[in-house]
Amino acid sequence: MTSPSLAVPAQGGKGDLRTTLSAWRVPLSVLALCVLPWVLPSQALAVNVLIYGLFAVGYNLLFGYTGLLSFGHAAFFGGGAYLTGMVMVHLGLGWFPAMVLGVLGSGVLAAVMGSLSIRTRGIYFSMVTLALSQLVYYVALQATAWTGGENGLRGFTVSKINVLGLTIDFLDPVKKYYVLMVFTALALWFVSRLLNSPFGAVIEAIRENETRARACGYDVERTKLIAFIVSGLICGLAGAMSAMHLAIVPLDSLHYHTSGLVVMMTMLGGAGSFFGPFVGALVFLLIEDVASTWTSHWQLIAGLIFIFFVLFLPKGLWGTFLAWRTQR
Amino acid sequence: MDLELILMQLFSGVALGAILIMVALGLTIIFGMLGIVNFAHGALFMVGAYAGLYIAERTGSFWWALVLAPLLVGVFGMLIERFLIRPLYKRSIDDPLLLTFGLGYVLVEAVRIIFGTDGVPFSTPSALTGVVDLGVGYFPIYRLFVVGLVAVILIALWLGLEKTKFGLIVRAGARDPLIMRVLGVDISRLWLAVFGLGVALTALGGVLAAPMRNVNPEMGALVLAEAFVVTVIGGMGSLLGAVVAGLGIGIAVSMTALFAPEMATIVMFGLMALVLLVRPQGLFGRPVGA
Repeated sequence: MTSPSLAVPAQGGKGDLRTTLSAWRVPLSVLALCVLPWVLPSQALAVNVLIYGLFAVGYNLLFGYTGLLSFGHAAFFGGGAYLTGMVMVHLGLGWFPAMVLGVLGSGVLAAVMGSLSIRTRGIYFSMVTLALSQLVYYVALQATAWTGGENGLRGFTVSKINVLGLTIDFLDPVKKYYVLMVFTALALWFVSRLLNSPFGAVIEAIRENETRARACGYDVERTKLIAFIVSGLICGLAGAMSAMHLAIVPLDSLHYHTSGLVVMMTMLGGAGSFFGPFVGALVFLLIEDVASTWTSHWQLIAGLIFIFFVLFLPKGLWGTFLAWRTQR
Repeated sequence: MDLELILMQLFSGVALGAILIMVALGLTIIFGMLGIVNFAHGALFMVGAYAGLYIAERTGSFWWALVLAPLLVGVFGMLIERFLIRPLYKRSIDDPLLLTFGLGYVLVEAVRIIFGTDGVPFSTPSALTGVVDLGVGYFPIYRLFVVGLVAVILIALWLGLEKTKFGLIVRAGARDPLIMRVLGVDISRLWLAVFGLGVALTALGGVLAAPMRNVNPEMGALVLAEAFVVTVIGGMGSLLGAVVAGLGIGIAVSMTALFAPEMATIVMFGLMALVLLVRPQGLFGRPVGA
């Protein structure tokens, strides 16, 4: 990844767009999410933006901020979705404990995959994460009794949910959107706090210069592993939300195309920026929505757009916009 | 379980390994020289298989497919290097990787549009069908042919790298491109040739695999993951590593298929995890500097 331009936080000049955006990033995100279902063509699309936007935000923590290019994040997204669904189907627990267990399970998976893959560097890291996520895919494919194999996991429907004594009709798309939005908003707030903490500074230091970060006395391996696990937890939450939304878990959610999807979304919006991944997910899903009405081969269009961005706009839409505004 | 069955399964593993070696060699040569991981490698394997299918149908001869498909796809690879990858050399190491990843998508969809999404059968050439009795059991002739051809290519490649001037320049260029440039070697042309060679090798793997596996647009995805496993186990950039790990994985997969079929695909990823725990740089890889 070309080093994202946020290495040095803008030095609070008055009226500096980046500083203002940065200070208000969580309220701004929540505001944008609140109006989303009313400006997009469909509410289904809005729910997908919530889910994939969060997936990309979790991924970006590792790719954009820590500088680790993982090609295995389908394992956490799909893992979170499968575990959430499996807890409901096989253990008969309610939606909330299922989501909690799903997210925690993704965290455990991320701890295992992370501790193996951070032993390698650079390009090897990408290859190892891809290969390990393929392992998860094949395990899910073979463990038919637990996962439904090729047909995906079925048999759980969340029609009504109880929140603090209130019963909410989860089949109503608008209500479903706002319930899931609460999870996304909380996760965004958490990521924002994390990035503002000393931990956030250390992962960016590792991205910029690993050797120097080590020389400064930081435990690089441990920091990378923690970043990997947190990223896995957030992607697991996105997966759990996807299980709640679809009421099935397709095997495709573990496929390496899903890993590629989140890489593309993050790149498209701009890696290493707070809003980038969400912008990327939104634009990508809009392209899919529009292009799939013309042709079933919309992935060709997605691939070409992605190649164009790598060649000419490596900072992505949001990153390029920020760079353009700051230069003026 | 009788010995004959085990021997035949072992041989199946060698044939599977031979295909993996072709793919992993291309990957590892491109990485060793250009320092990039070609994520479109699996897709180019699949394109090789389809090119072979198309040429075999048009000419009615498997042999033309075997020669022409790798050449054509190799030239296509050179175009990719020249127009898509070359602009990225001065950028971060991740950019060519991301670009080839996007390219893989485009290639798979393009093949789907031209040839359809369903798998296409590719019949074994009539001269190579049937089995032969080698005293210890009956072996499919086609697989013997694959193993033999890959062995010949490996020897040719080894001789080419060790004994020719081109090989010397390639090896030196992998060590230090800057010095080679100072010495007046046109590194750009060398990289173009190496990328083309690597792509031609995987395309040949695709043509060879076509009669053994069903030809379909998804065939590249699995092969890419397998080739990654092989190169990670063997050590990135190591030719010997690719050969040893390719054979090892091929045999491990087919032996597992004999005793516990449902574990066959999973076992190679397990082996990779094991190697990573003990030797993160791979069996024949140089330790990775910080």
